[in-house]
Amino acid sequence: MNVRFMKRTMAAMMAVGALAAGAGAAQAEDAKVGFIYVGPIGDHGWSYRHDIGRLAIEEALGDKATTTYVESVPEGADAERVIRQLAQTGHNLIFTTSFGFMNPTLKVAEQFPDVKFEHATGFKRTDNVSTYAARFYEGRYIAGVIAGKMTKSNIIGYVGSFPIPEVVRGINSFMLGAWSVNPDVQVKIVWANTWYDPGKEGDAAKALIDQGADIMVQHTDSPAPLQVAENRGILGFGQASDMIKFAPKAQMSAIVDNWDKYYVARAQAIVDGTWESIDTWGGINTGMVEMAPYTNIPDDVKAMAEEIEAKIASGELHPFTGPIYDQAGELRIAEGAVADDGMLLGMDWYVKGIDAELPK
Amino acid sequence: MLIRLEPRRQHSQAMVYLSPVLAIILTLMAGMVIFSIMGKDPLRALHTFFILPVNNIYGITELFVKATPLVIIAIGLAMGFRANVWNIGAEGQLTMGAIFGGGLALLFHDSTSVFLLPAMLVMGALGGAFWAAIPAWLRTRFNANEILTSLMLTYVGVLVLSYLVHGPWRSPDGFNFPESRPFPAAALLPVIYDGTRVHLGSLIALLAVVGGWILLSKSVIGFQLRVVGKAPQAARHVGFRQKRMVWFTLLLSGGLAGLAGLFEVAGPIGQLQPQISPGYGFTAIIVAFLGRLHPVGILFGGLIMALTYLGGELAQIMMGLPNAVTGLFQGILLFFLLACDVLTKYRVRFGSAAPKGRAA
Repeated sequence: MNVRFMKRTMAAMMAVGALAAGAGAAQAEDAKVGFIYVGPIGDHGWSYRHDIGRLAIEEALGDKATTTYVESVPEGADAERVIRQLAQTGHNLIFTTSFGFMNPTLKVAEQFPDVKFEHATGFKRTDNVSTYAARFYEGRYIAGVIAGKMTKSNIIGYVGSFPIPEVVRGINSFMLGAWSVNPDVQVKIVWANTWYDPGKEGDAAKALIDQGADIMVQHTDSPAPLQVAENRGILGFGQASDMIKFAPKAQMSAIVDNWDKYYVARAQAIVDGTWESIDTWGGINTGMVEMAPYTNIPDDVKAMAEEIEAKIASGELHPFTGPIYDQAGELRIAEGAVADDGMLLGMDWYVKGIDAELPK
Repeated sequence: MLIRLEPRRQHSQAMVYLSPVLAIILTLMAGMVIFSIMGKDPLRALHTFFILPVNNIYGITELFVKATPLVIIAIGLAMGFRANVWNIGAEGQLTMGAIFGGGLALLFHDSTSVFLLPAMLVMGALGGAFWAAIPAWLRTRFNANEILTSLMLTYVGVLVLSYLVHGPWRSPDGFNFPESRPFPAAALLPVIYDGTRVHLGSLIALLAVVGGWILLSKSVIGFQLRVVGKAPQAARHVGFRQKRMVWFTLLLSGGLAGLAGLFEVAGPIGQLQPQISPGYGFTAIIVAFLGRLHPVGILFGGLIMALTYLGGELAQIMMGLPNAVTGLFQGILLFFLLACDVLTKYRVRFGSAAPKGRAA
């Protein structure tokens, strides 16, 4: 685009005086890594875990890397400006950690070809934009197995964020896991229509418990639903990070995002000059998805969960192994086949047996 | 020594203009204290917050991009507030404007017609006005409080948008993610300064300032607005029709909010997505009061408010300050503004002597 203009503004910013330390991105050997988060780092979930990954870069690379973050950036017109500000202030590697940052990331990346971008959970890549995500559905399958064993009312309460493929995939995987040990389990889903709003999330959890749920599952970022579970004396799972300190008596495990290894490797690639645009979708096998310690469950259930975790890690078990039918009764995955990544990425149907309608 | 407040016989004209300036100075001083307590260099922090965002052309244009929706919405709201019509639902009217105008862009997604954009502007304004017409009708027909109805319709509007981008208007190439297809070039607002994001909407915002000023100070209906607000009894005696005021101010403020929403989606965002506004409709209420419900004041108020957002982003990038500092600044500013308002109605007296003629 307008390169001359960019250079002028960059020069202007640097002239302000040592504020943009370490600018001059292209030649710099050291990594200057910027992050933008959709929530506050204190959400104890999604953004919090990305921030832990940021700190891992500082820890691992020492004085070879400096990091910066901007939190609570709305997924609207503001994102593009923040990403550009990071690019303009000499950051040479920028992680944009929410799906809604996809198009702004691409727009800025086009104007800063020397800066490398990493977009979480998206599907558009270019020469200087990588994508990465984690196979959380693997963890959700294990959670489903545990829930199927532990529920007495056979009603699971599920707090969803938005009916996007990632969340739908999680619900399907969870229920396939639950039905593998207990065919009578049913799930009740409430859409909070937010990623982070402790009040709304907590209200959704209360409504679900009032409908008879005795296991709480969430796909929103705050510990609120799990805290409600703790207060009402039922069991549940943590989301994105180990939330045991919020629910010492309720958390059975948590599906933990571990970005540390990936972030360190990508920052190291900048230092080494070996960064390339790639697509990464890591699961339990790469350590990107971890299960928090199994607690508040009997030993036999724990042993079963550990066994399934090992099988998923080794590739022996795939949560989406056919035959799998959708709600209309159509065969989506044939007997013996497993879902390919394309199907998983665009999943917009519930598996047969889920007694709910997907909001369209 | 005692400090006493003595009522003024007449509102101080000088203080009407001085108190916002005083409030800003006090805010800056309070900010310096806070930064010092946080262990940051206060001067550098203020520099980062208020100077750095606008020390280059790109930054200034971004300030306009951010201030545009705030100013446009606040002008409309101020008209209503002057006539005691409390439209709190501008956020919903903004969303409806984006839906009506953006829907046209999606309907004609392969159009190259020069009439598309003007038609979208009209539809955007109509969408917002339509959404504001509901509280207007409920108020004039059933005497329902427009504060409640307009506020509640906000949530309905946001959910309608959510439904559309999750369902019928979802992009066919978007892996079922909730976003519309990108608008065609003919549906995008022209950028008025090459290489930046500042668009036609910013010029229209300036027109709204001028138009609002003319309406308020030169037109009969502007006079009626002020009389209805300040002396409803008198207004009734001379035959000004209150219902007409309700309709006029709600349709005007709704239409302007709808226009602002359309500018966001046809400007910096370029498509429909679940989140299009980080609460501009609510922030504009603050902007309206910051600007003394006067169009020119609102222009300055909008720019200052926008600056605190931009500064907050840079303060995170440059100094590692948390995002909460932005909200803190806005809160302090409002606090001092309201506090300084006292000075327009009261006079500060030092000394302990009993005032003469204190009536019982």
